[in-house]
Amino acid sequence: MTRELVGVVGTEPIGAYTLLRLERGGLEPGRPGQFFMLEAPGRLLPRPMSLCQAPPGELAFLIDAIGPGTRALCSLEAGDAIHVLGPLGNGFDLAVERPLLVAGGIGIAPMPYLSEALGGPPAVLGFRSERQAEASRLLPGAEVVIEPRLVTELVPEDPGDVLACGPEPMLEAVRSLAPGAQLAWEAPMACGYGACFGCVVERDGWYVRLCVDGPVLRDAA
Amino acid sequence: MIPILNASGCLDGLVAPEVAQTLDAFVTKTVTPLPRAGNPPPRIAETESGMLNSIGLQNPGVDVVVSEVLPRLAALGVPLWVSAGGFSAADYAFVCERLDELSDVATIELNLSCPNVDEAPETASELVAAARAVTSKPLYAKLSPATADIAEAARAVVDAGADGLSLVNTIRGLALDPQTLQPVLARGAGGYSGPALRPIVLACVHACASAVDVPIVGMGGVSSGRDALELVAAGAAAIALGTVLFRDPSAPARVRDELAAETHAHGARTADELRGTTGLLAARASP
Repeated sequence: MTRELVGVVGTEPIGAYTLLRLERGGLEPGRPGQFFMLEAPGRLLPRPMSLCQAPPGELAFLIDAIGPGTRALCSLEAGDAIHVLGPLGNGFDLAVERPLLVAGGIGIAPMPYLSEALGGPPAVLGFRSERQAEASRLLPGAEVVIEPRLVTELVPEDPGDVLACGPEPMLEAVRSLAPGAQLAWEAPMACGYGACFGCVVERDGWYVRLCVDGPVLRDAA
Repeated sequence: MIPILNASGCLDGLVAPEVAQTLDAFVTKTVTPLPRAGNPPPRIAETESGMLNSIGLQNPGVDVVVSEVLPRLAALGVPLWVSAGGFSAADYAFVCERLDELSDVATIELNLSCPNVDEAPETASELVAAARAVTSKPLYAKLSPATADIAEAARAVVDAGADGLSLVNTIRGLALDPQTLQPVLARGAGGYSGPALRPIVLACVHACASAVDVPIVGMGGVSSGRDALELVAAGAAAIALGTVLFRDPSAPARVRDELAAETHAHGARTADELRGTTGLLAARASP
C-alpha cells in the first residue's frame, strides 16, 4: 500500500466528464478495476477512483463532478499536487476466453485500461446523454446506446465472459443476463483500505467491504 | 512517551498490518457476544468539518474473534487492546470473561457509548462493574461526550472499577441529502467524528483529568502533533487516531514526529512533561 504526493499533469474535458492526469511517481498502476484514493483538496476524505488509463509516467482518472469532492478533483490544475493511495482492492480477472466489456455512464472509467490489457475486446456502452456519450471516444470501436435505449440490449444471448462496470440497476440486469459476470461495484468509501467498514455490499447474508473484497465481485455462475 | 493508538473501528490490523505496526497499541473493532452483520448501507457520509458513520458494530462475534482474529493480531507484535460491547451488562461480562483468559490481550476497552446501536438498559457504571467482576485485565471505559457532566460520569465508572478512560466516542449527528432532504445514512443518524470534535474532546479530557486520577486516552479529531499536544496538556496520557487514519494511513508516524517537534518547541524534552499543564478553568475564571 503506497501513498505518495504526486503532481497534476492537467485535466481534459471528455464530454460530460473530466480526465484528470497525474504524474505516476512511484505508484504502480495495478490491475484493471483496481482503484486509488485521491486527495480532494479542501475535503476531509479522499475519493475512490478506478484507473482509466496508464500512459507512460502517468495515471489518468475519468471523473464525473457530482459533488464537492469530485468537483475539487476536476478543478485541479497543472502544477498542483495531491496525495494518492493505491492501487487498492481486487481488479478484474484477466484470464478470460471471450471477453465482452459492458459499461454504463461513468462506469466507462476502468474500461480503457481494461481494454488495453485484454487486447481490445468487443465493448458495449450505455449513456444518459449525447454529452456523456462523448466519453466513448476513450474506447474506439465500442457500440454505444443512449437512453431510452439500455446497454443491456446490446448484450448478446451468449455473451461470453462479461466484465462490467456501471450503476447498480445496470449491474443487476447484467448479472441476470450473464451469470458469472465480473461486476465492478461502487460505494462511498472513507478509507479504501478496509479500515472504516463504510463501503459494504450484502453478500450471502453478510456485509462485505468493497474496498478489500471488491470492487470487482464475481457471482457464482 | 505518549503512546499513539488507533481509535476502535478505525483500522483493520489484519488488512493493514503495516499500519497497525506503527502504533504503540492496536485497538480492535468492538467485539460483541454474537456475530453482527451491522447496519445496512449507506453507512458513511462526509459533512462539513467531519464525517458520520453508522456501521453498527459489525463483527464476527467473540467466539470467532477469540479463536481466529486475536491470534493473528497478536502476531503483529503490537500490544493488543480489545474493545468490548453489547446490549446488556450480561453481554459485557460474557465478552470480558472470554478475553480475561487470553494472555495476548493487554487491555479491554468497554465501548459504553456507541451511538449507532440500541443502548444497554444499565448505566455505564453498572456495565463497568459487570466487567470488573469477571476480569483482572486493565479496563478502560469509553465515554460519550453527549452528557451533561462528563466528570461525574468519569467518577462513576472509576468508582465502579475502571482503570482508565477513553475520551471520547463519536457524537450523534444527522446528514441530509440536499435534494431529497432525507437522511444520507440508511439508519438515519450516525456518529459524528473528525476535526469538529476537537474542542469538545479537549473540554472532556480537561474536565475528567481534574476529576479522576486514572490515565486518559484522548481521541477525537486529532490529525497533527499539535492537536495531540493540546490533548496532552489538557491531561491525556495517550492519544488515539480515528478519522485521520481514513485519509492518511501514515498518520501515526507523522503525528508522533510532529508531537516530538511541538514538544521541543515548547521547551520540554518529552511530551509527558507538558501533561496536564493546562490550568484549571475555575481558577482562571476567578479574579
